[in-house]
Amino acid sequence: MRYIPNSPGERRSMLADIGLEQIEDLFDQIPEQLKLREAIGIGDPMSEPDLLDYFRALAARNRTEYQTFLGAGAYSHYIPVIIDSLISRAEFFTAYTPYQPELSQGTLQYTFEFQTMICQLTGMEVANASLYDGSTAVAEAVLMANRVTRRSKFVVADTVHPQYREVVSAYTRNLGLTIHTVGHGEAGTIDPTSLGIDRDTAAVVVQSPNFFGCVEDLAAISEAAHEAGALLVVAISEPMSLGILKPPGACGADIVAGETQSFGIPLSYGGPYCGLFATLDKYVRQMPGRLVGEAQDGEGRRGYVLTLSTREQHIRREKATSNICTNQGLFALMATVYLSTMGKRGVQEVARQNLQKAHYAAAQISKIPGFELMFGAPFFNEFVVRTPQPADQVIIGLLDKQIIGGIGLERFYPKLNDAMLVCVTETAKKEAIDRLVSALA
Amino acid sequence: MANTPEDLSYTKDHEWVRAKGDQATVGITDHAQHQLGDVVYVELPKVGDKFEASEPFGSVESVKAVSEVYMPLGGAVIEVNESLNDSPEQVNEDPYGDGWMIRIKIDNPAQVDALLTSIEYEDYIKEEAAE
Repeated sequence: MRYIPNSPGERRSMLADIGLEQIEDLFDQIPEQLKLREAIGIGDPMSEPDLLDYFRALAARNRTEYQTFLGAGAYSHYIPVIIDSLISRAEFFTAYTPYQPELSQGTLQYTFEFQTMICQLTGMEVANASLYDGSTAVAEAVLMANRVTRRSKFVVADTVHPQYREVVSAYTRNLGLTIHTVGHGEAGTIDPTSLGIDRDTAAVVVQSPNFFGCVEDLAAISEAAHEAGALLVVAISEPMSLGILKPPGACGADIVAGETQSFGIPLSYGGPYCGLFATLDKYVRQMPGRLVGEAQDGEGRRGYVLTLSTREQHIRREKATSNICTNQGLFALMATVYLSTMGKRGVQEVARQNLQKAHYAAAQISKIPGFELMFGAPFFNEFVVRTPQPADQVIIGLLDKQIIGGIGLERFYPKLNDAMLVCVTETAKKEAIDRLVSALA
Repeated sequence: MANTPEDLSYTKDHEWVRAKGDQATVGITDHAQHQLGDVVYVELPKVGDKFEASEPFGSVESVKAVSEVYMPLGGAVIEVNESLNDSPEQVNEDPYGDGWMIRIKIDNPAQVDALLTSIEYEDYIKEEAAE
């Protein structure tokens, strides 16, 4: 796709054609008080060498020697170098949404493979070409459950990522949908027998592993939801867990919505990431987002096409299933390259390493006087530690030792001021874990 | 020329109505299915849903377009043709028979007389074609 600039003369003639004098006249409908009057504060222009120096100096301020144990929706996993070299190919790197999509068979093919791998991982029947991120995917799942069931009440576990819940609330606030948040029990999971589901409930929204790292009892929650005719929406913030846990599809999930950042996408201070969205065939016409299908041309050759587009805005207008009519193409490509590079066994191996390292760390930390695991439910690569002093103090203390120890949960759960969420992935070597343990002791 | 049975009533939105007392069966006309082309999906309401006259009660999707289907008369849905889920092509093959969409209980049966007769409907589609 090319950027075609226009000359001042061309601009003048276009403005004259529509009866305007200057570009600013195009923005007359924006109220005066909302217009930016002063220049944007980005400083003066720089020469190329000065610019490079400036960014090198900024980059030098990055502290890469710290060992991180942060998780909570953004996971530090090893990123194979092949990802950067493949996504940097001009055919992939330069294209925005292809407006004649079938012309870009390569793009459609990797998207089809992305969808296929998401289905295999989640145990679902159909997956879309991706959404913006995990939080918006969960919000889209809520809207879809409302369309499928024509019910308007949602039961949402308080163990779903707090930021995902904020986005769900922003999406649903003005649509007449109500959200009932159910609290977690002592084990760190929700109780499937007391969810308060009734005949108005469109869906139960639960995350597993949940925000505390605990594995929820999806099968029991699914049974409770389905008994009342409600759907089960499973959110996933750490998809690497799918390398070792039973897929949500096998536990009765109707919609799986979440994040694929763990699959080769850099942390990048929190985004951009790439949402996954999968469901069952019978609900496909209510699914949001783009969908690539495999087809045959007139000569029987395999080809890829955008399919079921009648759900989308350019055909359905205001009755579209979503106002999302694009996807996170380049990031879905990163995930596709990651998953094809690692393969089934590779993802299982990474998941196993995460599990073992996290459990080793949890066991060592629990031995320190004053520290213990807060919850008893099984966990994957994240767990909550009860700290002898307020967690935020403990975390600041660790920074002096070049360790980013975890996240204090007080900011999300005001009662949990002595709780620290710790994540251990395959990137933490045993010595690093031991260093964390001795720093805490 | 499209088939327009004389014993049915019609709307300008191309639905047909087979009314009997306070109940009616509703579908789309032969002319409508010709215009749409191969129907691949029919979205229908639920039994118990209530609609005003002219309100959309569902949609018909053909290969490249989706069209709303409108309620010819105000009323409540008492039965839907579930077989269209698996065989939407019945709308093309037998629009006045197996391709029916919903049965409704009519709020005001007197309104049936206000619908188009087969002759009026045929004239209407001729006019539409002429425009």
